[in-house]
Amino acid sequence: MDLDALASCLSSPACLVTQTTSGLIIGMLLFLVAVGLTLIFGVLKVVNFSHGAFYMFGAYFAMTAYQLTGSFALAILSGAVGTALLGLIFERAFMSRVYGRDVLMQLLVCYAFVLIFDDVVRMIWGPEFRSMGMPAAFQVPPLFIAGGVVPPYYLLLIGVALVAAAVLGLGLARSRIGKVIRAAAHNPGMVSALGINTGLIYGGVFALGGMLAGLAGALAAPVRSLTPGMGFSVLIESFIVTVIGGMGSILGALIGALLIGLIRSFGSLGFPLFTEGLMYLFMVIVLVSRPTGLFGKEVA
Amino acid sequence: MTELQAGQGAQPLEVPRIDARPQRYRDVLIALAAFVLLALLPMAFGSKQLLDFVIRCAAYGLFATSLNLLVGYTGLISFGHGMFFGLGAYGFGLMMQKTGVPIPVAFVATLAMTFVVAVVIGAICVRLKEIYFAFVTLAFQMLIHSTILSWQSLTGGDQGLRGGIPRPPFLGIDLSNHLHLYITSCALLVIGLFLMRQIAQSPFGYTLRMIRDNATRASFIGIDVWRAKLTIFVLAALFAATGGIIMALFVSGAYPEFAYWTISGEGIFINMLGGVTTFLGPMVGTVLLLILNDTVTRLTEYHGIVLGIVILFFAIGLRKGLMDFVVEWFAQRRGEGRG
Repeated sequence: MDLDALASCLSSPACLVTQTTSGLIIGMLLFLVAVGLTLIFGVLKVVNFSHGAFYMFGAYFAMTAYQLTGSFALAILSGAVGTALLGLIFERAFMSRVYGRDVLMQLLVCYAFVLIFDDVVRMIWGPEFRSMGMPAAFQVPPLFIAGGVVPPYYLLLIGVALVAAAVLGLGLARSRIGKVIRAAAHNPGMVSALGINTGLIYGGVFALGGMLAGLAGALAAPVRSLTPGMGFSVLIESFIVTVIGGMGSILGALIGALLIGLIRSFGSLGFPLFTEGLMYLFMVIVLVSRPTGLFGKEVA
Repeated sequence: MTELQAGQGAQPLEVPRIDARPQRYRDVLIALAAFVLLALLPMAFGSKQLLDFVIRCAAYGLFATSLNLLVGYTGLISFGHGMFFGLGAYGFGLMMQKTGVPIPVAFVATLAMTFVVAVVIGAICVRLKEIYFAFVTLAFQMLIHSTILSWQSLTGGDQGLRGGIPRPPFLGIDLSNHLHLYITSCALLVIGLFLMRQIAQSPFGYTLRMIRDNATRASFIGIDVWRAKLTIFVLAALFAATGGIIMALFVSGAYPEFAYWTISGEGIFINMLGGVTTFLGPMVGTVLLLILNDTVTRLTEYHGIVLGIVILFFAIGLRKGLMDFVVEWFAQRRGEGRG
């Protein structure tokens, strides 16, 4: 414990800006992963335990595309599109076989793929740490806000996540396809009886969820190191986010992700060894006082 | 899922036999026979690997079977049961390293500590249902794991409890002797399984099945569901801690991985592998997983892929655990023979 460090940071504007920015970065990446998770749970009623793997593949796809083409835009695009395709195949070939069955069977299929995907990455890209490196366009001096350091890349990252949140939120609320998706989440039998292909919707939602996780991985690739199994800690954290926010709630995922991001960033100052413990403690407190999370609707 | 239908003819509403004495005599005989067989094993095959394998089976088997009391019998899918395995290992290891009390005292004290922790955590967890129960147990597990990692002065942090666990002889038993450790582990395994079997077959055990199948109905007929769930949560924790103690004795230490969530994940996997509707399913699963792990690790460095494909075979192909499959297959054959 180092409460002095935390206290001195809280009283320094420069440190506040730096820590808040890094908290926002963690939060925004987590949001992208968690919102996919919450979307898949909301519509398919499946807890996608293999979701972290899509984050991992997003990062590796982006790294490979960047090394081949040198284009950062193409890297992000291949991270997102590649994982969307992967999600679609995974859902149609495997997950669709266990809908409506024992929750344990669904978890088990996902668990199997956590093991398989990690080994596949190890086979293709090797077991060691890899790094994509910061694209040249962002290798510029950082901004200073009130003395705090804010790298320009962070601003892009926050911007992309916010745009994704807005598009997703508005799309689900307003667009026709969004309404169909929400209807399918509510009553798949009825939607299917109306002549809409629910299998297509399920596959599409899973692909969308995978794409969001892949986008997060691709965006994280320049600032994090890549390793097989990197999806796992992200998965656990995004679970915490969705549970705190309320499974199935997009707003909840956003708020939960920001809270966890800030807890991690400020917690690492005051409780360097217990930063993760703080997250779990926070999750326990939330679940005990509100069993369905802050924005969850259904009654547990 | 309904064991009544599978085991005792097509009478799902049959009232369980309250007078379970004849069955208990049979269980005692089976337990004694199993213990004698295990105790004779070293004479038939003296290989140290085999004895080590059985000790590991005892540790994981107690853990997995106790988890099945929650998952299979009560319908409580715990993703944090491994925390009690870890608590058992750390509690026992620390007690032996720091206090120098005799082993039986440390054993009982570790179970007492686990009891207190399980009552507190269980009281919070069993209020929640299904996926929320799974998550809150997972969160507690990780909280304990984080505490072990960060409390370095006591637990050694990510290095684990090192320097070995002292094993002073007691009552003529010397646990630093490999054979003594083996026999003690077997005895703990057999006693633990026997006790869990008695819990599962008792009227309380049938109350648990009713809660699993229809909790609302159970509470309508006056069962205190919360209390019953908490009771089995705590009992299962004690058996899991016993598994952890065996593990700590076996490796002469305790490591943070013992309290990591993957232990719980493996426990669930073992249950699915062996089957959740027969009492011995988790034991079969334990043996299968340990053999699978040992052979696959020896054959290839990509053992995740092999393990994953085996899991897929059970989850999508077989759709149930091995013992479930075998029992149903026999039941079907018997049915065909008669009709």
